Amino acid sequence: MTIMNTSLRNTGRLITAAVRTLLVLTVVCGVLYPLAVTGAAQALFPGKANGSEVKADGKVVGSSLIGQSYSLPKENPDDADEAARADLRWFQPRPSNGLGSNSVNTQYALILSGATNRSGDNAELIQWVKDAKAAVVKDNSTATHQVKPSQVPVDAVTSSGSGLDPHISPEYAELQVHRVAERNALPVGKVDKLLEEHTDGRILGFIGEPRVNVLQLNIGLKELMSRPTS
Amino acid sequence: MSPVLAGVLQLLALIAALALAYRPLGDYMARVYSSEKHLKPEKWIYKAIGANPDTQMRWPAYLRGVLAFSLVSVVFLYLLQRLQGMLPGSLGFQAIDPDQAFNTAASFVANTNWQSYYGEQAMGHVVQTGGLAVQNFLSAAVGIAVAIALVRGFARSRTGELGNFWADLVRGTVRILLPISVVAAIVLVACGAIQNFAGIHDVGQFQGGSQQWNGGAVASQEAIKELGTNGGGYFNANSAHPFENPNGISNLLEIFLILLIPFSLTRTFGQLVGSVRQGYAILGTMAVIWIGFTALMMWTEFAHNGPAFEIAGGAMEGKETRFGIGGSSIFAVATTLTSTGAVNSFHSSYTGFGGGITMLGMQLGEIAPGGVGSGLYGMLIMAIIAVFIAGLMVGRTPEYLGKKIGTREIKLAACYILITPALVLCFTAAAMALPTPGNSMTNSGAHGFSEILYAYTSGANNNGSAFAGLNADTQWFNTTIGLAMLLGRFLPIVFVLALAGALAEQKPVPETVGTLRTNKPLFTGLLVGTILIITGLTYFPALALGPLAEGLAS
Repeated sequence: MTIMNTSLRNTGRLITAAVRTLLVLTVVCGVLYPLAVTGAAQALFPGKANGSEVKADGKVVGSSLIGQSYSLPKENPDDADEAARADLRWFQPRPSNGLGSNSVNTQYALILSGATNRSGDNAELIQWVKDAKAAVVKDNSTATHQVKPSQVPVDAVTSSGSGLDPHISPEYAELQVHRVAERNALPVGKVDKLLEEHTDGRILGFIGEPRVNVLQLNIGLKELMSRPTS
Repeated sequence: MSPVLAGVLQLLALIAALALAYRPLGDYMARVYSSEKHLKPEKWIYKAIGANPDTQMRWPAYLRGVLAFSLVSVVFLYLLQRLQGMLPGSLGFQAIDPDQAFNTAASFVANTNWQSYYGEQAMGHVVQTGGLAVQNFLSAAVGIAVAIALVRGFARSRTGELGNFWADLVRGTVRILLPISVVAAIVLVACGAIQNFAGIHDVGQFQGGSQQWNGGAVASQEAIKELGTNGGGYFNANSAHPFENPNGISNLLEIFLILLIPFSLTRTFGQLVGSVRQGYAILGTMAVIWIGFTALMMWTEFAHNGPAFEIAGGAMEGKETRFGIGGSSIFAVATTLTSTGAVNSFHSSYTGFGGGITMLGMQLGEIAPGGVGSGLYGMLIMAIIAVFIAGLMVGRTPEYLGKKIGTREIKLAACYILITPALVLCFTAAAMALPTPGNSMTNSGAHGFSEILYAYTSGANNNGSAFAGLNADTQWFNTTIGLAMLLGRFLPIVFVLALAGALAEQKPVPETVGTLRTNKPLFTGLLVGTILIITGLTYFPALALGPLAEGLAS
């Protein structure tokens, strides 16, 4: 009997110590640490800590880190299932088939990040890639410039991991130049030059991949059109 | 520069950075766990806890500390999620369902961070920052503590004393994890990771209208998520989300953080057992496997076999432009050879062989370099098995680090290596045999089977990554994966601590000419072979049905 009492008392003491440890360390790691980091981040890099917002004409138009779609207005705004049609005046981002919509807590229209998770032999993925390739060829061929299927780069027909990839490859951007120039009645050379200015190489020459930020490129394009022709 | 060359250079840069940090961090950690002094904040903490940090514990007491603390943590995290709707700072998110709350609590306490929920649409500030991120620190500190206890078992003689669990837990958190996390989090913000408490808010868009963001303490969680080899993302897309991993630099930094402590702990081990060369032999084993796996992964991903990838012209499905194939492959191997499970690209859309490499990495037991602490103790168990096999071949009683590997020691080591395969294979078989679990698959055929094999491999090995096509938010998967994570974490810890106790009680055996030199490259070779053969024999049939079948067909 006394042995049981002792072991019960010991267990009780042990659990109390565990609870106290957890509470104390929760204050340290779950309150002090994030607050200290937030304070430092907001003081040192406020723009980045708050989402790298990008402004155009004085208005916030998104984040340089979050991809957007550039689509035509819906024919029927109330139809949730209506497929988006690309607005071909603007540079188009990568497909985002994995991007979900909020299904758990519908009081918000949050963007839900995510990938398709389809395997290389998945029939749906094969179809998506084929369809995307055909669409890229069709959309980007102009009267004077024919795009061949073999020219379509891989990022133009695959969805990213986050579904929010803000970038496309310089090859995919280059492929869109003729179309964008034609749709906006701009000389191809001018759009080419704009693209060149917005192409980022690898960091330090070897880190990451060369890329073009689609939002910033489109902002540049908009500015190019509002500027009087020189 | 070709993408392949850029990938190789990034790998070399990573190796150089890890090599630079190896000695200072390894030596520092050895001092942290052997110093007699307590820092001032630590003294306050011990006072608040009511524990005497100088009491030495034998293995049963140390184990009771680990289990009591982890049990309390599971209950606390469970309640936090169940009460979410009533807590302030929850952004209006409601309570998590019981089965999912159990799964998530088990997952974060077991250093797994398997997530059957969508971070940005389920968890508010209080649960993310005050619950999940806290376990990112504490489960990591528990892992290191257990590894240090095992190392003390080798280093000490004629005593059963393994140190004080509370002191090891607090020191690991305060002196190792917190300072590195603070620096890493601020560098991540400098790259573009967010760190605010803005909650859910609207942001304007280029063509008008707005998009809704969930702003929170992301960078601070990201830093410890990688450093503590946890892997639980703030957002559903994990480290593929630009707010968690904004550019090529942050990507390399995150991989560096994943590998930093597990590799450096081999130096700590060497210091504590009095021979850094013993640490180098273990480090060599880890490095050979890690570099070999990374090379294989880059080869298969750049080769992009598989119908959809061949039509597309590359394996970029589920990968981000800013990382490319190279930066994604290095990350995928680092995350599955450790117990991290964070992803910067989606493993389900890797080539058949690429998916197989991620699975095999976990099935090795996550020991190259493995999770923080768990990688070292897992590798030392393998070293004991290797020494035992070598002993059988020459007919000598095996010894390791001056300790006899007798019946008791080898039984404990054998129990350790049997637990995870048993959990993985039994749960996978059950899920395949029952009628409903298969409904959760997104892909069919070999890849569908792989989704389930991956899920239990990831759970039982405390990884947390997924072939995420699997809808794991069902009562079956929440419950069984939850159990696999708890059993896969804590049963091995029972055997490790029992082994540590047995070793610490022994008196050291003097080294003779017949002693196997465990500090030489020959031993590294023996150890690599042992690991590959044991894992291969265990998992080959299951792998043949999944990733091998898929890879060979394409």
